[in-house]
Amino acid sequence: MRNRIKHLFEQKQKGLLSVYFTAGFPSLNDTETIILELEKNGVDLIEVGMPFSDPLADGPTIQASSTVALRNGMTISTLFDQLKDIRKKTQIPLVLMGYLNPVMQYGVERFCQRAAEVGIDGIILPDLPLREYVEEYKELFEKHNLSKVFLITPQTPEERIREIDSHTNGFIYMVSSASTTGKTLGLAEQSQAYFQRVAGMQLQNPGVIGFGIHDKETFASACNHASGAIIGSAFVKALQEEGSLQQNIATFIQSIKN
Amino acid sequence: MSYHVNEKGFYGKFGGAYVPEMLYPNVEELRQNYLRIMQEPDFQEELQHLLKDYVGRPTPLYFAPRLSEKYNTKVYLKREDLNHTGAHKINNTIGQVLLAKRLGKKRIIAETGAGQHGVATATVCALMGLECIVYMGEVDIERQAPNVARMKMLGAQVVPATSGSKTLKDATNEAIRDWINNPENTYYIIGSVVGPHPYPDMVARFQAVISEEMRAQLLEKEGTELPTYVVACVGGGSNAAGAFYHYLDEPAVELIAVEAAGKGIDSGESAATSVLGKDGIIHGSRTLLMQTEDGQVTEPYSISAGLDYPGVGPLHAHLFESQRARFMSATDDEALQSVLELTRLEGIIPALESAHALSVLDRLQAKPSDIIIINLSGRGDKDLSTYLKHFHFDEK
Repeated sequence: MRNRIKHLFEQKQKGLLSVYFTAGFPSLNDTETIILELEKNGVDLIEVGMPFSDPLADGPTIQASSTVALRNGMTISTLFDQLKDIRKKTQIPLVLMGYLNPVMQYGVERFCQRAAEVGIDGIILPDLPLREYVEEYKELFEKHNLSKVFLITPQTPEERIREIDSHTNGFIYMVSSASTTGKTLGLAEQSQAYFQRVAGMQLQNPGVIGFGIHDKETFASACNHASGAIIGSAFVKALQEEGSLQQNIATFIQSIKN
Repeated sequence: MSYHVNEKGFYGKFGGAYVPEMLYPNVEELRQNYLRIMQEPDFQEELQHLLKDYVGRPTPLYFAPRLSEKYNTKVYLKREDLNHTGAHKINNTIGQVLLAKRLGKKRIIAETGAGQHGVATATVCALMGLECIVYMGEVDIERQAPNVARMKMLGAQVVPATSGSKTLKDATNEAIRDWINNPENTYYIIGSVVGPHPYPDMVARFQAVISEEMRAQLLEKEGTELPTYVVACVGGGSNAAGAFYHYLDEPAVELIAVEAAGKGIDSGESAATSVLGKDGIIHGSRTLLMQTEDGQVTEPYSISAGLDYPGVGPLHAHLFESQRARFMSATDDEALQSVLELTRLEGIIPALESAHALSVLDRLQAKPSDIIIINLSGRGDKDLSTYLKHFHFDEK
């Protein structure tokens, strides 16, 4: 079976737009609508956030959306139910992003199996360390044809970046600067040096830049240094504007792309 | 069975360093350096000097005659309440701030629940002339006002944590987020034996001075280093880790960890993690954790802000699972009773946290010849408004 992430990067090496949203936000059953609207507006890859009560790597916007999503009743089981027919409607690559504890309680094996069944292509679990992944879970993820996407930061040493590159097969999530999600300081000069350093390493996996990407300018700037960029907090904020979900999504995505 | 951390940072299956990549370099820097720095002669010299002349160590091991008479056994109190700043917390902050200095860090952050760790951190930062930011849950800021005032007096910035239950767990989240955003110049002084490896081991080593002294002091008083029981309260578990440390490999000594049952274990308002928790990940560590079936962390409750934590250090999770330690619990009401009992029998006003440890005395069924050491981890000054509210002295 082909992996849609791999296929995507074979087709498109530049200017790729990936968008994150928290499942269960603004309303419990918005998941499918958001995915289909994002695709319709020309997004290339979608990260579906599985809300967690204590999201350590996230800033206030995604924390707040997670709190609302949990209050709305979102769980991993519910999310899989919502996604069970998604592959009849779209072939856009889908990545699930969340924290390890809820996945552990659901059962990692059962999680991988269900994810594969509904047509998920990749998984991001920021607090699952590389070593534990390699020793305990890699075989399982590969068996279910799931790309395990890892983060790197400006502080990640070259040797570790190479190690991460050797254990993954989707893309590398390049955190733009030392920060939690949702900081909008722009991409500092320091970050540019880091992007160039990583580009010069000739990794086997493409890089996608995330954290702090929030408008047309930061998106374009990030795309100069990697295959594409990820927008999370700014999109979650846009979903809270007045107006319909469809309008908000179209307005926001067009503001990035045009 | 080993009760010490292994080279991968685990106690049995618990522990590890489940941190996002953004924290990896910080945690790794600490892991590679903590043991080396702690063993350096000049580090030890500075640490021992400060523990003696600044903190006031060794703290007494006090034979409590009237408490012993009441329970018809021999009760000793390890007087951590007599430390500078009023609790055991400073044993750890002194150690970590010296480590931070040697790692060249200029900015110190910390989380705090009851405020004891926040005060202990603000104190050592004042001593060393370092910038200090303390994260504290909004709810705790309200119920521990005297400690907030002390931190401000000491020059620390107290930042309220306004997410979740607005208590210790959320303050810890905020401190970790600060560290992610300031990876190069900042050192995070964790206050308990929680968090990613090497913190649980490092904090336990800095608190181990408690049981090191107990052994020597008990030998002097009773002709043996080994009591029948060592009793300590457990939130995250730093005072218990220190009180147990040098007895872990002495099977003759029964280790008793006392958790906060809040309004009762089955009341839905409790912090008794060993009973209510199951295997999970919190704050970078695999441990026992109070959570929903879906793996969302639940809000714990205890009258004591220092025990109000949904997890427990991985060492304690291992001591529980391996049955090396016996876990008991005390309710809010039982702890309050013990506060008054110790105050009136021995003239010592204990912290609410420490009072939980006293509460199991009547349940131990100790023999007259048994020796019980209770780690009196802190003094009750910070809890006076709670005590006044509950005991209604004015009406009597």
